[in-house]
Amino acid sequence: MTVLLAAAANADAPVLVAQNVAFGIIAAIMVFSAIRVVTTSNVVHAAVYLVMVLAGAASQFILLGAEFVAITQVLVYIGAIVVLFLFGIMLTRAPMEGTEKLSRDNWLVAGATSVVLLALLVYSLIDGFGGDRLPADLAPTSTAAVSDSIFGSYLVPFEVLSVLLLVALIGAIVIARRD
Amino acid sequence: MLLNEFLLLAAALFCIGVYGVISRRNGVLVLMSIELILNSVNINLVAFSAMTGAVSGQVFALFVIAVAAAEVGVGLAIVLAIFRLYRSVDIDDVDLMKG
Repeated sequence: MTVLLAAAANADAPVLVAQNVAFGIIAAIMVFSAIRVVTTSNVVHAAVYLVMVLAGAASQFILLGAEFVAITQVLVYIGAIVVLFLFGIMLTRAPMEGTEKLSRDNWLVAGATSVVLLALLVYSLIDGFGGDRLPADLAPTSTAAVSDSIFGSYLVPFEVLSVLLLVALIGAIVIARRD
Repeated sequence: MLLNEFLLLAAALFCIGVYGVISRRNGVLVLMSIELILNSVNINLVAFSAMTGAVSGQVFALFVIAVAAAEVGVGLAIVLAIFRLYRSVDIDDVDLMKG
């Protein structure tokens, strides 16, 4: 952290106050909601907190100038995936009142694992990217550039991805079908 | 803005997701934790795309979103099949391969 602060103090680049404040608020909401997703005892509440994390991620994408990714995040994640989760909760008759245990008793092991992992990641990130700054004049990426890239250099992966989606959806129907 | 702000946020989300995958026993909640992990990867990809100015990071983030949609579809189908077999989605009950 001291490395970060020192890098922020002696850099001559302008500090973007509004962006930093927005980042801080959204990041705090995201981390709080993510912790609630993995600790709440009500499955529907977990889905709603997941919506808040995904919306926060979409706003971070806008902050980074990736507008098309942000819109796709809202459409696909919040629009489709969360609805799929709610269907899953409904069909499996998950407990709504917190009567059934949703977590194991090994929260200590899980917490230790993730704290050690977080410490490792934070150390290596600060060591590796200590004072790297994003460009100050961060212009939004145009959707045309993104689509040029998808349908130009990434055409084959894109086609493979559409086949993967088809296979996954057919597979899901086959697995979940009553017969 | 520092690049590290976004990378550290993504690292925190990743670790929270790992905690959820390990500590949750409801199948649907495990899938939700996996979504947290995939989202943190997306934040990393878009942050590096903004850092370098290359569009590839955003394209990969879109690919990850599409793969996540497929993953949730198959995952929920498996959870439904488990529910039909065991009458619960407690993944601790699914110990058929325990010796």
